[in-house]
Amino acid sequence: MKKVIFWGTRGSLPVALTADNVRQKIVAALNAANGKTFRNSQQLNEFVDNLPFTTRGSFGGHSSCVEIISGGHEHIICDMGSGARPLGQAKIATYGAPNPQTYHIFISHLHWDHLMGFPYFAPMYLPGNRIIIHGCHPHIEAAFRLQMTAPCFPVDYSQAGAKIEFDIMTPGKTQYIAGVNVTPKLQLHAGDSYGYRFDSIDRSVVYSTDSEHKLESSEEHEGFVKFFAKADLVIFDAMYSLAEAVSVKADWGHSSNMVGVELCQSAKAKRLALFHHEPMHDDNQLSRLFAETRRLEEITRHSHDPLEVISAYDGLTVNL
Amino acid sequence: MPYFTRARSEAVRGIIHPDIEYEEQVMNIPLRESAGVLIATVSGRIDHASANAFNNALEPLLKNCVGGAKPLILDFSGVEYISSVGLRSLMLASRQAKSQKGAFAIAGMQPSVQEVFTISRFSLIMPCYTSVEAACKVLGS
Repeated sequence: MKKVIFWGTRGSLPVALTADNVRQKIVAALNAANGKTFRNSQQLNEFVDNLPFTTRGSFGGHSSCVEIISGGHEHIICDMGSGARPLGQAKIATYGAPNPQTYHIFISHLHWDHLMGFPYFAPMYLPGNRIIIHGCHPHIEAAFRLQMTAPCFPVDYSQAGAKIEFDIMTPGKTQYIAGVNVTPKLQLHAGDSYGYRFDSIDRSVVYSTDSEHKLESSEEHEGFVKFFAKADLVIFDAMYSLAEAVSVKADWGHSSNMVGVELCQSAKAKRLALFHHEPMHDDNQLSRLFAETRRLEEITRHSHDPLEVISAYDGLTVNL
Repeated sequence: MPYFTRARSEAVRGIIHPDIEYEEQVMNIPLRESAGVLIATVSGRIDHASANAFNNALEPLLKNCVGGAKPLILDFSGVEYISSVGLRSLMLASRQAKSQKGAFAIAGMQPSVQEVFTISRFSLIMPCYTSVEAACKVLGS
């Protein structure tokens, strides 16, 4: 495996920047420029590149969709949130329409924010393409069909041009798919969710979203430490603060940055990506959470090797 | 997690391994009284390995943390580290005290532990004081 590309990183519901959000960024950029002039576009771009992320960019608002670039000919995608729309467009732009491709899509669970991008995933309409949807929920095909049934959507599932297949996986059982060993794991979430561990010869990536961790269970803790063991990248549901996750939002099926750091430290993982961002949080709040999580990793590191913490955003590419 | 702790945790849930010698991990929490307040001094690390012992040590103190009784302050100046499991224990302790109409607070955290409280947002849901003296002033008689 070579890279991971984040196409959608928002939890529960897609969000968009508002006019006021954009205005605040423009004001911040002009304040930072403080009357500075730029001789050419290179100077201007350098200035922009050095602005804080919250000023020059945004975490984005698409719901969960992550691509793993394996280096092989077949495509690996985790979840079909609204980020699947730009991902599909990018694939069409790269490969063109008359160039059949095979897409392996791993579905964490059947909640809407993880499926809603499928009707907008352009490759599904192109004859010749092959789409294999992998998951552990026995009724996964029915869920995909349901959201493309009137009155939910104007185009019926039967209009898909691609050949769509479903592969029901078994938690804990490793399958060799698209040149990668893939192992699903049952997670705590309403209606169940499944994390996926992807192992190639030299790299490991874990996709673990919509997963609540019950702190009192040592078995649960040890199970996830094993699942995350020595991973190059763990993509982790860090939607809430720990206080929220164990009090007012207990049993809502999500986790926190603090549990992500602890599990990755115990598992000796190399990199943690905060993921499934709370839709109520704006860029400033997410940046603050990111900085705090990095600080938490520092002050709790002790004898652990350093864990690199990143905060996923729509469009981020991570080299493995 | 040390094996004896896991074994004990399993034993509590009724999973008995006949070949394991069950060993109780004990945390010592000295108790003193000042200005009408009970001050329990906690020290060391509160994490997966010690959370059960911490809970066991807190249990009798919390039992007596009821309306009309002396407030209970946990002196955290000797705590070097607290993990998510330890924070959850504190939340449950605070809830129990509240349900019994007792007064319960944490005081005197080291800067790094204070930071963990802030980052986890536990500082928003737990009564915390910068020092035992400050807590006594508010909660004491």
